[in-house]
Amino acid sequence: MTELSKKDALVQYAAQIGDNGLIIGHRMSEWCFRAPALEMEIALMNCALDLIGQARELYTYAAVTQDEGKSEDDFAYLRDEQDFRNLLLTEVPNGDWGDTIVRLFLMSAYNKLFYTALANSKDAQLAAIGAKSIKEVIYHQRFSSEWLIRLGDGTPESHDRVQKSLDTLWAYTGELFTMTDAETLLLADGIAVDVTALKADWDQVVSDVLTQATLTVPADLWPQLGSKAEGRHTEHFGFIITDMQFMQRRYPGCEW
Amino acid sequence: MYGDTSIQKPIKIAEPTSEEQARLEEIFQQKIDDNIKIEPQEWMPAAYRKTLVRQMSQHAHSEVIGMQPEGNWITRAPSLRRKVILLAKIQDEGGHGLYIYSAAETLGTSRAEMINQLQTGKAKYSSIFNYPALSWADMGTIGWLVDGAAITNQVALSKGSYGPYCRAMIKICKEESFHQRQGYELLLTLSRGTDAQKEMLQESVNRFWWPSLMMFGPNDADSPHSAQSMKWKIKKKSNDQLRQEFIDATVPQAEFLGITLPDPDLKWNEERGHYDYGQIDWEEFGHVINGNGPCNKQRVATHLKAHEDGAWVREAAAAYAEKQQNKNVA
Repeated sequence: MTELSKKDALVQYAAQIGDNGLIIGHRMSEWCFRAPALEMEIALMNCALDLIGQARELYTYAAVTQDEGKSEDDFAYLRDEQDFRNLLLTEVPNGDWGDTIVRLFLMSAYNKLFYTALANSKDAQLAAIGAKSIKEVIYHQRFSSEWLIRLGDGTPESHDRVQKSLDTLWAYTGELFTMTDAETLLLADGIAVDVTALKADWDQVVSDVLTQATLTVPADLWPQLGSKAEGRHTEHFGFIITDMQFMQRRYPGCEW
Repeated sequence: MYGDTSIQKPIKIAEPTSEEQARLEEIFQQKIDDNIKIEPQEWMPAAYRKTLVRQMSQHAHSEVIGMQPEGNWITRAPSLRRKVILLAKIQDEGGHGLYIYSAAETLGTSRAEMINQLQTGKAKYSSIFNYPALSWADMGTIGWLVDGAAITNQVALSKGSYGPYCRAMIKICKEESFHQRQGYELLLTLSRGTDAQKEMLQESVNRFWWPSLMMFGPNDADSPHSAQSMKWKIKKKSNDQLRQEFIDATVPQAEFLGITLPDPDLKWNEERGHYDYGQIDWEEFGHVINGNGPCNKQRVATHLKAHEDGAWVREAAAAYAEKQQNKNVA
């Protein structure tokens, strides 16, 4: 195996963080005209805009660093399934409103800690993206926490449904705290975030909200891994990029 | 939320005598003639209230149902820039719906009631949204033609007589005109692209041209509610006047795009100072208005499904709110 250069590591790192934003943003955007109320729909589309916006900045930075004349769209539209390194948690289907809220909450709680740490990166561009994103993910965390508490402490039906969502999605949370080779390499230079160090704080935030929501923190299951490290996805992912990349694949090389 | 019942109907007071009634109507009409806006707490004829609720709820429903054809393309938008523009646009439409529902609630009809009328087919929405969005170019065409037609209508509505609706229109028109420009810019990009992109553009405009003209409603001679609405300044210009304004503004834009409009009778009339245009297919319009267009059933069913799927969520939110209230009282 050839040794990873710092430049390649930085491209991979920026793209991989961007993948998280794009893929969960894609899922949020699928709620358009499907939410339980208009206000909730508008809120989720707002989250989608923030998250896809983060992806755009990160892909653009990856493209600039790579210096091969590529753009944000090359990263989103012209890579294959295995090239995407988003967390599995971001790609699983939306399910019902409870599943969506649980996913958004688990990711936002993570994103807040992650971007707060990234804002201190020695890489000025990543630090700037981190600082800008914190404000957005704080809102996502607040929105999803409030809904999680409403559902958990709402009716017996909503409580049971959302507990089940939590139990199902929990298996994907282990991957949030794993490090890739690129991350380890960049961590030594103070560029990447040590995500293993975020776990204790994340556990605390999650546990606090779940307590308020009268929900039980699930027992740790055998974690589902594979995407972040190797681009090994769930069966659902292929359909995301089939949809997303359709126009670019069908009409290559066009300006839109 | 849809289930909100916090808006109370106006308190019923004793019916005025016919003499009082006549006087109230006189004062009311005088305000309208003097261009003084009518505000929610003021007396108004029952028919004025009813007409406005019908028109405003229809407008709000159009904004909300209109999210469906556009939402159909979010996940397939061909660039990230276009994707976020589309998302932001649809988000605006949702906001317009919310805003107009709220303005309509000032007349004493709750959003839940209006939504129910939409889902049971008692309330209508703009016929244009019963046509499908089949290609990416439709995202531009909807912005250019559909939002363009809507703005032509809404600029007139913003000068109407009911305060909350006019104020909503002023805000909404600003966003709509941005939407129209982005739609046109999208089409302009296609017009400068490959042959396939140009074909996509022409095909889309061919499908949307006539339905866009239908958005202004029947010819003046066949428009049943128009005369009274004009007198009350709920409506400021006639259907045919607005349609003509729209056509006159749009034809040069089509020329600039290098496309044709699918009407062999469309030509400049020097004498009138307007474009002449061909006969609209009112039979088609009738079918679509009466629920038999390409997407009528799908649009309402989709709305209803989202509403029903979300029932447990709304119930949970209400139960939680009640628990919190009880805690605060305790």
